[in-house]
Formats: sequence, C-alpha cells, structure tokens
Amino acid sequence: MKKFKNLLLGLIGLVIPSLLFSQEIELLGAGATFPYPLYTKMFDVYYKEKGVKINYQSIGSGGGQRQLLSKTVDFGASDAFMSDEQLKNAPGEILHIPICLGAVVLTYNLPESPKLRLTPELIADIFLGKIKKWNDERIKRVNPSFNLPNMEIIVVHRSDGSGTTFIFTDYLSKISEEWKEKVGAGTQVNWPTGIGGKGNEGVAGLVKQIPGSIGYVELIYAIQNELPVGLIMNKSGNFIEPSIESVSASADIELPDDMRVSITNTDAKEGYPISGFTWILVYKEQNYDGRKKEKAEALVKLLWWMTHEGQKYTKPLHYAPLPEKIVKKVEKLIKSITYNGKSILK
Amino acid sequence: MKKQIQKRIIKDKLFKIVIILLSFLSTFPLFFILFYLIKNGVFSLNFEFLINLPKPVGEKGGGIANAIVGTFILIIISSFLSIPIGICVGIYLSENKDKNLSKVINYFVDILQGIPSIVLGIIAYLWIVRPMRHFSALSGGVALAIMMLPVIIKSTEETLNLIPQSLKEAAFSLGAPYYKTILSIVLPAGISGITTGILISISRIAGETAPLLFTAFGNPYMNLNIFKPIESLPHLIYNYAKSPYPEWHQKAWAASFILILIVFTLNFISKLVVKRWKVRF
Amino acid sequence: MINLVSKKEKKKFKKDLVFDILFRNIIFLSGVFIILLLFAIFLTLTFNSFPSLKVFGIKFLYGKTWDPVFNEFGALPFLIGTILTSFLALIISIPFSFSISIFLGEYFREGKISSLLKTLIELLAGIPSIIYGFWGLFVFAPVVRYIQIKLGITPYGVGIFTASIILSIMIIPYSASIGREVIELVPSEIKEAAYSLGATRYEVIKKVILPYARSGILSGIILSLGRALGETMAVTMVVGNSNFIPKNIFSPGNTMASVIANEFAEATGDLYLSALIEIGLILFLVTLIINLIGRYVIRKYAVSL
Repeated sequence: MKKFKNLLLGLIGLVIPSLLFSQEIELLGAGATFPYPLYTKMFDVYYKEKGVKINYQSIGSGGGQRQLLSKTVDFGASDAFMSDEQLKNAPGEILHIPICLGAVVLTYNLPESPKLRLTPELIADIFLGKIKKWNDERIKRVNPSFNLPNMEIIVVHRSDGSGTTFIFTDYLSKISEEWKEKVGAGTQVNWPTGIGGKGNEGVAGLVKQIPGSIGYVELIYAIQNELPVGLIMNKSGNFIEPSIESVSASADIELPDDMRVSITNTDAKEGYPISGFTWILVYKEQNYDGRKKEKAEALVKLLWWMTHEGQKYTKPLHYAPLPEKIVKKVEKLIKSITYNGKSILK
Repeated sequence: MKKQIQKRIIKDKLFKIVIILLSFLSTFPLFFILFYLIKNGVFSLNFEFLINLPKPVGEKGGGIANAIVGTFILIIISSFLSIPIGICVGIYLSENKDKNLSKVINYFVDILQGIPSIVLGIIAYLWIVRPMRHFSALSGGVALAIMMLPVIIKSTEETLNLIPQSLKEAAFSLGAPYYKTILSIVLPAGISGITTGILISISRIAGETAPLLFTAFGNPYMNLNIFKPIESLPHLIYNYAKSPYPEWHQKAWAASFILILIVFTLNFISKLVVKRWKVRF
Repeated sequence: MINLVSKKEKKKFKKDLVFDILFRNIIFLSGVFIILLLFAIFLTLTFNSFPSLKVFGIKFLYGKTWDPVFNEFGALPFLIGTILTSFLALIISIPFSFSISIFLGEYFREGKISSLLKTLIELLAGIPSIIYGFWGLFVFAPVVRYIQIKLGITPYGVGIFTASIILSIMIIPYSASIGREVIELVPSEIKEAAYSLGATRYEVIKKVILPYARSGILSGIILSLGRALGETMAVTMVVGNSNFIPKNIFSPGNTMASVIANEFAEATGDLYLSALIEIGLILFLVTLIINLIGRYVIRKYAVSL
C-alpha cells in the first residue's frame, strides 16, 4: 500500500514543476554545427535583451531539415539548402532565411606549414585519390617555392553528415566532371579515399595529429587550431586566401529571391570559391499543429533581429555578415511569413 | 624424477607471476584515463563551474549546472519508470522459476540487455518524440529506463533466489497473505542486493550519450520541465569536445571529471549499502 | 451456527484475497510486458526498415557500397567492421579477464589485495563510453600513430586496431566478473583431491578448475561479445569512419553501431533513414543469435555435480 502511495506522490512531484514552468515562450531550433558558436552568442544576447529563450542544438544540417519536416522544432538551420524535390514533398512551404556566410577551407599538416596554392584540379584529384604524394609534380608546379616532402597524402573527410561537406562537394562537383559523376554532392557522400573525423573538430583534430594529412573544415576551426590554410584559385584565376572579406565578396553577385543558392565557384573576381550561406528554415504559414500566434510572432521577431542587429556579432567570431543587397531581399522574405494568411511583420 | 618435479614447480610459479602481472596490467588504463582527466580538467573546476549556466564562447566563466541537474532529472525519470517494473519482473521470475514463461522472459531480458544504446535512442525517438512532436526529458528517460530494466530484473531475481524458503514459510504459517509476504518480508530481506542492482544500472546510464541525442536533445538553460528538452553531462561533454575552442575543451574534461566522480560515488554507495543492509541467514 | 470467524476477520480475508490476486496479476503482467516490449522494439525496427528492405532485399547484406548521394546502400563494410573489431577485442581481452578471474577466484579470494583489484576493475567498468572514446582519440591514437610511423605504414592512428584495443579494455570487467564467480564456486573437495595427489596449483587450475568452470567462463565471454557488438560512442571516435571494407588491421573501418550514430541525425532521404534503421535491425538480430548460441553452449558444456 505504502509503495503505491509513494509512487503516486513521486509522479505528482515530477509533473508539477513541469506544469509550473511551461508558461514562458521558448523557441526550439536544431541544425547546422557550423554557425553554432555564432548562434549561441546571438541567442544569449537575445535572451538578455528580449527575455525569449532559444534552445538551439547543433545536430547537423540534415538533422535540422529532418526535424523541421517532422515539425519537432520551431526552426531548422542548414548549410545546405533543400532541393526542389524535398520542398515539394514537405508538409508546407518552407522559407530559407540566410543569416551569415562562411568559408570551407583546406587545411593540412606539413612540416613548416607552407601557405600552399591549390587549383581546383589539384583539390579534386587529391580527394579522388589520384594524387597520392605531396611531392607530386602537379602540386610542385603550382608551388615552386616550397620544398614539398615525399610523404603520403592522407585525406581526412567528415564521418557524419554535414552542411560543410555539402558546400565542399558542391564545389567539387562544379569544378570536376569526374567528381560529379563518381561521387556527387550531398551532406554525406561515398568518399573515394581517406578517413573520417566526427564534426569539424574531429577533422581538425585528425589533421593536426596526422603528418601529411589534408582535410576540409570551416575557417574558424582552422584558426582556433592554428592550422595552415590553402589559397584556392577561383574562377577568375586569382589565388584567394579565405577571410571575412573574400567570403563576403563571393556573395556579391546576382541572387535569386528565395535565397536558395550555392555561391561556390563564384563569378566574383575577389571572391573565395568555397564559400556558402547558412540558412534558417521556417514554414511560411506559421499556423500549423495548433501553434500559437505568440510563438509565430516571437519567431519572426527573432529572424528580423538576427539579420539586422544581430549581424554585429558575426565578424568577431570570424563569420562574414550578410551584404546590404542581400538584407533587403531577406526583409521581403521575413515579411512574407504569415499566420492564418496574414503577414506577421508589417 | 627430481628434474620433472622442478619443472612442474617452475611452471607453477611462472603461472602465478603471469596471472598477477596481467591482472594488474588490466587496471593501467584506469590510471591513464584518470590522470588525463585530472591533468586537463582540474583547472576549470571551481564552485562557479558547478553553479553557473553555460556561456557562449569567448565569455569568461560559465558552468555546467544545467547539465548536472539534467543528469539527475533523467536518472529520476528513468528510475521511476524502470524500478517498479524491474522489481515486479524480478519477483515473478524468482517466484515462478520452473514455468516456461519464466524461461522465455529470461531469454528476452538477455536480449534486451544486448541492444545497443543508439538503437534504443531511435526507438524512443520513434515512439515518443515523433508523436509528441517535441523533444523531451521524458523521451530520454524512457530510452534510459529500457537500458536499466535488464540489470534491475536480473539482480532482483538473483537476490530473491538466495533468500531461503524458510522465511516465506514462516510468514505463511503466521497467516500472512502472499502479497504481504513478498512485499513486506521477502523484498526487504533482499534490499541490499536489489539496491546494488539499481545503483549499478544508474551508474551505467549516467554516462550514456547516444540514446539522448534525439530524445532529450539538450538545452542551454536550466530546465525542470520533463516535457521539454534537457541537458545532461555526457551530452554536454560531447558537444564541447566537438567544438573548436580550447576553453570549451577544458570544460569538457572538467565535466568528464565530475561525471566520473558521480559514477564512482554511486559505486561506493552501493558497496556501503551491501555492507550495511545485507541480511545474513 | 457458531461463528468461528468474526466479521472483521472475514473482511480481512476478502481484502487479502483481492490483493493477492491483484499482486499475482501485476507481477505476471510485468513479465508479459517484457515480452511485449521486445516484440514492440523488433516490430518498430522492422516496420521502419521496410522501404530499405523492399529496395535492396538480401543484397543489403553483401552490398559493398554505401552511397547516400546515389541512394545505394550495402551493409557489408559495417558487418565486417563490427565482426572484426568485436572478435579482435574479445581475443585481446581473454588473457586479461581470464587472469583476473583466476586471481580473484583462486589465488586471492579475500583480503586487501582482492578488494583492491575488485574495486579497480569495477571502476574500470564504470567509466562512461564517451570518456573512453575521447581518451582513445587524444591519448591512445597518437601512440598507435607512433607505432605505425615506426613500422612504415600510413600513420592514421585511428582504425580497426585502435578501436579493438579500446573495446577490449571496456569488456574485460564483464567476462572477468562472471569468470570469477564460477571459479569461486568450484567445490573444494575436488580441488583437495587433486592436491592430495601431488598436483601443483597450476595443474589444479588447468586440469580441475577450468574444465569445471568451463561453461560459466564461456558464458562470460559471450556476454562480453554482446557488449562489444553494441558499443557505440567509444568505437565511433577511434575506428576511422571509413565506409569501406578494411584492408588490414591498421586500416580505418566502420561498425554498424558507429554508422548509425554518425549518420542518423543527418539522414535526409527516407530510403537513407530506413537503411540506417535496417542496420539497427540487423544489429538487434545479431545480438539475439549470439545470445542463443551462448545459452546453448552453457547448457551443453555445463558440468553437472
């Protein structure tokens, strides 16, 4: 008898705090790991200024898309935009709101950490496994001033699905027919060679520890781990070093209204060729599954803040802010979010 | 003859040395790991670390309070779900040893124990998160509860098996009904073994990350609501270690140290419980 | 009519009867619950694997390519990776767990040294797998890398070998504790009989204790195998995560549990997700079979008193 009474009491004890605390407005988001440092900073500031809690978990771009499609989160975050087919099969129209830009860089572990110059062909061939040694003629030709060692090239890629992978393989598919046919682009691909590290940090960690390795990571991870970064030859033939300026420059081109665009292999003359947007994904019509209007309003206000006042937190964390031209288009997108057909933000 | 005996004696001594050597060699990893944890993590350990909420990168301070609280809440939820059921099944198995159903249940419990934690995470996601359309501490607790069940069931069953029939018979002869006999007499007699089983299963799930990835989900804030996402120590360690920031790495090692401390303390408590509460026959 | 039983007592009997029936039913139902739970898990996994089962069928088990872009999924690399790492870990762990079983079960049954080793092994078992993973990646992998450089092979550091070693450390406590229990249970009469014939300790262990405890030791080994097969976090950090069939012991590879952990959160296509769940199903079935074999072995080789 006593046992049952205790069980009942325990049950009540667990549920009461839950009921008490369910009143505040909280937003749940999930997705890309790349902007995670930026988002945690933004959401922390937002909570202090506006009192709205935002719980963002970096489970990966694919995860962000999937959870938004399952409607288990208020917004998703992804470095890879959803395909036409995915959008067609979605339970509602989904908007892509760009928040900032980032660079995928090539980092490597060589004695004396030279600033290597890499052409698109070199990168493709290395990752296809066709160039196996660092002192290969083809690499030497582009880097005559360096003494390249007779070491095996060990490719490091991502073991988990990722938007970073998407941006990188998207670039490779554009600059190499062979890559496009054999491997293709995606958040997870069938890598012809190499080992996998978990997350950007996993790749950076492996590159840092394995002599002769080369991998791709977001710029911030190379900087924090003090790893050398390669200069990549862009479409216009210039060898560009990844930086906030060169990344922003890559977006300085004509962009579609729905902002679903890949800016790799950019036409911009001074643009870094492996750059990409990171987006926040939301449903255009916010009244689904009994969502309250207050939540929809909170979400839209957050998006507005992130693309305006929030932009000042990008540069200190090595992210590139949205260029002016793009912010104008983004404002239109945000204003088109509706609740019961009526736009939320006037 | 003497030579043969000498050979045998040498073999004997050699064997003993090898056994002792290998046994203690097996414990080396323990010291390596602890050393590494202490070396990397002890500097971040201070009172604020345990009390504060996490801060975004670059800001000083910040702690793991929400993760510690979250871990405890998850433990409470999963214990709540698994202990009553686990003990009941253990009682059934011990009281009905010869029935065919018991053999089947036993086999199924073994299989349950072998299911990888990641698969249980998927199950909890499909059963609770999807229909609820929400990540929650509850779903994480369910995944962990399924992991706790086999250990609790087995230890309850084995403990009750060791209790002599004479105790039960004495109760019956005094007119006690069946349910009272089991609940008020037999069960308390085995409380030390059962509690040990509970504590062991808790220390096992306290360090699990995989089943929480798509269930409890994580939360940068303190959360006491079981229907909302919640942070936990292993999940926080995993996130911080994945990041590019050395400050977060340090915090990950310090948090690992706290986690191991909790697990070892539970182990220690279970030993005390056995010493103090063990009923001798 | 003489009332032998008062009204109060009659009420009490009724109440006791009701509660007795209730109690018996509750514990019976909880037992049934376990059976239902397992079936529910099995059905959920199967049902969610349907899309993948329909498309690939039996080919899934021997397909070598795991390509999410072109939607071609074959689980062979992971099956091989899982089997390799688990069996290797088992083989490496056996001498150690065996030594511990004999140490605690025969040489040092009680006393301070015994408690010390017991505690150390239990602590080893209590370390969360994620910590094994990070330690493996940051401390152990560089050691392996150093060895590889000295041997002149590709210095990955991570790979099948590293994962097997970490795994073996993790499973030692399991087979050790079961082994110890059965060795302790060997009746002293038969041991003393052997000693009285002039056997050395080693000979008693080899010819009397081991054959007697054989089935228990085997069952402990099978339990560790089950644990090794399902271990996720520690393995995924150090196995190299290469979705190809490993060429040799130092190659990177991947296991079933690891690939699920890596790719589940990001799996965008429905077929992709279903293929991952199918791997979960296969893992479930493998564990089931290993357990079956284990029980059969115990029954067959158990030496009865």
